[in-house]
Amino acid sequence: MTDVTELGVAAIRDGVRKGDFSAREVADAFIVKVSRAKALNAFIVETPDHALAAARAADEAVARGDALKPLAGVPIGMKDLFATKGVQTTAASHMLEGFKPVYESTVSQRLFDAGAGMLGKLNLDQFAMGSSNETSYFGNVISPWRRGGGDNAPLAPGGSSGGSSSAVSARLCPGATGTDTGGSIRQPAAFTGISGIKPTYGRCSRWGIVAFASSLDQAGPMARDVRDCAILLEAMAGHDAKDSTSLNLPVPKWEENLSADLRGKRVGVPAEYLVDGMPSEIAALWQQGIDWVKDAGAEVVEVSLPHTKYALPTYYIIAPAEASSNLARYDGVRYGLRELAEGANLQEMYAATRAAGFGAEVQRRILIGTYVLSAGFYDAYFTKAQRVRALIARDFDNAWSQCDLLLTPTAPSAAFALGEKQADPIAMYLNDVFTVPASLAGLPAMSVPGGLDKDGLPLGLQIIGRPLDEQGVLNAGLAIEQRAGFTARPDAWW
Amino acid sequence: MSVDKDTVKKVASLARIAIDDAAAERLVPELNNILGWIEQLGEVDTASVEPMTAVIPNRMQLREDVVTDGGIRDAVLTNAPQGEHGFFTVPKVVE
Repeated sequence: MTDVTELGVAAIRDGVRKGDFSAREVADAFIVKVSRAKALNAFIVETPDHALAAARAADEAVARGDALKPLAGVPIGMKDLFATKGVQTTAASHMLEGFKPVYESTVSQRLFDAGAGMLGKLNLDQFAMGSSNETSYFGNVISPWRRGGGDNAPLAPGGSSGGSSSAVSARLCPGATGTDTGGSIRQPAAFTGISGIKPTYGRCSRWGIVAFASSLDQAGPMARDVRDCAILLEAMAGHDAKDSTSLNLPVPKWEENLSADLRGKRVGVPAEYLVDGMPSEIAALWQQGIDWVKDAGAEVVEVSLPHTKYALPTYYIIAPAEASSNLARYDGVRYGLRELAEGANLQEMYAATRAAGFGAEVQRRILIGTYVLSAGFYDAYFTKAQRVRALIARDFDNAWSQCDLLLTPTAPSAAFALGEKQADPIAMYLNDVFTVPASLAGLPAMSVPGGLDKDGLPLGLQIIGRPLDEQGVLNAGLAIEQRAGFTARPDAWW
Repeated sequence: MSVDKDTVKKVASLARIAIDDAAAERLVPELNNILGWIEQLGEVDTASVEPMTAVIPNRMQLREDVVTDGGIRDAVLTNAPQGEHGFFTVPKVVE
């Protein structure tokens, strides 16, 4: 019999539809996989009942001969940044430990309406702040990958969507939700040899997603391949009156229009992404990607994005500033943790609650954000960063006169060992050097696996597109995927 | 610009995060390291550039000014650390 956990979203959907196996068999198989993978610490909460209920609905629809919903029979993992009704939603923080929302986020609701079941809530960096999943209150997520040669050092699954990347890569779920503020879908996808797409800002509703930096946050899918990403994104995207930045546009049929034929497309290679100290393997993979898109019919052109080097410092002003504002809501009054010493007043309660409820990296970012927004510094830091952000976006606008898509590495290195970059926040921030610029410009961007490094660890290629051109991004991703033939898998040690 | 221990304590107070002297001492170099790094933006000539507030051109949509939700007091209070008689409760703020 088929091991259904070896199948992706499309194959499960089609198999349930054709009656090759039942949705119940699929749900059962993944539930067992999840329950046996505690060593990865990918899930904060497991929700087998949710997955089973969705499977039952799918099987009943099959039995009745009803038209099946787009994701009928497909169980997924949900990043624990999406509010899920009645199911603990923590953002991997002590602050929200035990918080059970009385409402459903728009994206999770859309996935459930499409027939998907939920296997559980996936671990992440606390409040999505991190690039290695080492800031979770509920412990580090471990990548299923290990370096070759008997080095068993636990590796980072990337962040902030590290539970999602670890779970999809370890075949604990065929697909998962992620969110991406500065690279939190693409970098973990690259680290674990899977695919992930951040759509254009505004494609997916932010309603019910625990807010980090509202001008940057976007939801997107993470899955084993490009087609599965297209299927999941179609279910997740769409206008929502509850998010004023949500785009009021029809959701394209991304899956139906997938094509690996890149003839007539011009793919730009930005000179500034060739950074000092880039490992030769990353540079070689990038060249390989250039050859692949040429092979698919694309014309490759060199372009310049002159303000690239300022993207990270811009991001580390804007994101903490927005975070310091968004996270002001955690006051110990309406929900979440409350720390109240005997005889303490209201102000002392706020300060004690926030000291106890936020981890070190979250506190650091709130303090930076508070500082750059404070009287006397606002213009020098925050307004300045907004101006540079405009220049970064303008760089992309200029590039679009020469090309339709951009091709870059996703991250400057393969996955690193846990603890390796903890001592220096800036070294950690530099991980997002290639992903942050597209975030600042609100552009659709995806990572697809390209190959392995000398230690046998996955490396990803990033495709960035024009606003709203998810189709172009997915198609280029498909062309690379078909040529990369990436089939490497981590040994199941967990 | 760089911060000292007193500035860190002031910022923490603005952010309503309780920190002790040891934490403030520890944060001084951490924050200065980050602030020193982001100050490289000073090199960029932005004299003729408007600050960007929205990345994707999107007209703010107005809706009818009508009640669309409500009457769910108990649901709103469900996750309150402390609630009494249909209210959130906090330490006494008025003597």
